[in-house]
Amino acid sequence: MNWQQKFNAFNTIVTKEIRRFMRIWIQTLIPPAITIALYFVIFGELIGRRIGQIGDYSYMEYIVPGLIMMSVITNSYSNVVSSFFSTKFQRSIEEMLVSPMPNYIVIGGFVLGGVARGLAVGVIVTALSLFFTQLAVENIFITITMVVLTAILFSLGGFINAVYARSFDDISIVPTFVLTPLTYLGGVFYSVSMLPDFWEGVSKANPIVYMVNGFRYGILGISDVNVGLAYGMVILFIVALYCWAHWLLKNGVGIRS
Amino acid sequence: MTIALAVSDLKKTYSGGFEALKGISFQVQSGDFMALLGPNGAGKSTTIGIISSLVNKSSGSVRIYGQDIDQDFAAAKMNIGIVPQEFNFNQFEKVGDILRTQAGYFGIDQKTAAERAEKYLKLLGLWDKRDDRSRMLSGGMKRRLMIARALVHEPKLLVLDEPTAGVDIELRRSMWVFLQQLNKQGTTIILTTHYLEEAEHLCRSIAIIDHGQIIEQCSMKAFLARLDKETLVLDLGQDISVAPVLDGARTTLVDAHTLEVEVSKQAPLNDIFTRLSELGIAVTSMRNKANRLEELFVSMVERNA
Repeated sequence: MNWQQKFNAFNTIVTKEIRRFMRIWIQTLIPPAITIALYFVIFGELIGRRIGQIGDYSYMEYIVPGLIMMSVITNSYSNVVSSFFSTKFQRSIEEMLVSPMPNYIVIGGFVLGGVARGLAVGVIVTALSLFFTQLAVENIFITITMVVLTAILFSLGGFINAVYARSFDDISIVPTFVLTPLTYLGGVFYSVSMLPDFWEGVSKANPIVYMVNGFRYGILGISDVNVGLAYGMVILFIVALYCWAHWLLKNGVGIRS
Repeated sequence: MTIALAVSDLKKTYSGGFEALKGISFQVQSGDFMALLGPNGAGKSTTIGIISSLVNKSSGSVRIYGQDIDQDFAAAKMNIGIVPQEFNFNQFEKVGDILRTQAGYFGIDQKTAAERAEKYLKLLGLWDKRDDRSRMLSGGMKRRLMIARALVHEPKLLVLDEPTAGVDIELRRSMWVFLQQLNKQGTTIILTTHYLEEAEHLCRSIAIIDHGQIIEQCSMKAFLARLDKETLVLDLGQDISVAPVLDGARTTLVDAHTLEVEVSKQAPLNDIFTRLSELGIAVTSMRNKANRLEELFVSMVERNA
């Protein structure tokens, strides 16, 4: 395949993926927006008033970046895991396997689909947050790069989960038992510096802490971790997960008999 | 003559230890229409799975129009279209979208993909279903959709794994005509089927696989020439109750007005008709029973058992 053909193939997957989640927008875009809006009301407005300030910011202002990031993480992951697993389940994955597309086009197409949904939900949640607080972006470059890189990382995670999954139960295990706890404990609702030293150290072994704080730094200009280290962590995980995904496709794990 | 497909010493052992292919080798000439036959579990679908990259081989090589499927992955794939045994498209997608998407996977731009989709949906009688979800199609339409999808990148080699399974006779015949036209236009076709009449009618060469080994590969004509007997089906002018005794032939009464006569290919038929006339039995029409390939196939597989 020449580059034009590869681009056509990549464009086909991305268009198909975006069309898929846009077609069922009531299932894919609205529920996360409602969930996050409830977080704004309950944690930001009702409980947040009693908590008071974190640093120079109100509790609502403090949790908004974390909640945006949480919606991006869960939606980019769930988009790819459900879409790729359903192609396996319906065997339409064979349409791709018999084609001359290189593996990186397949991975890239699904990942960009996941990024598109993650960012679409992120934009909706950001717009909703403006009803509850004012949002001034401190550093637009860090904000955008951190959210895009995180969406890429979790789209790759969703892809790997889908490759290994044998049933619909398997695609909900990782989000339920790994992703949600790590996100909730990833500094979305609190600063890890508020924790005792031991738990602060433990929290810093959670990669989501770096993504949430990196993004929070972009918006508010404050972070519990070094932003350079946050970029390093995200990029390192992206490279590792991409290599893993590529290896899985190359060897046909969970796909070819 | 160009070789469309060259399979060499192909082996496949599944993770449970089952040896599905024990080192098969065969070639298909460009422009051929070949039947790949074998009983259930013989290794036909595994062979097709490896050729189409849906199954990992244990060892051996596959070349499609000279391109190795491992070393020249993309070039090899461009030349082959696969029609699998089971439906493997997204049941929620529209018929037209399935073809356009498949074309896209082969690197075809959107405009050409739309033109190809229209061309093949029209050729296979599915154009008026282009906006329907694929799950709404009948079984026969779904089979035709898979053929259209396999052709959308216009491959030189088309592999069909039991394309007419569960399809009614009328549709089967129309698919035969379509495949014959396609073959005449230069597409090499490999067909697996359990309808041996279909293989005999369509194919010019044959390969028989059994217990993971190729036990025969030759032209259909040469294969059928091995059969020294043929069975004639006679429609009778009046009903009879007992099959008549005919010298040098074995007779079977199918029903009161249909008689099957098995004769040596070398034996003159005049004697049979003379004898039937003497017995007062009128023959209104006669045809060859299309079971020649079936007889040879069964005897060959039984010998290999």
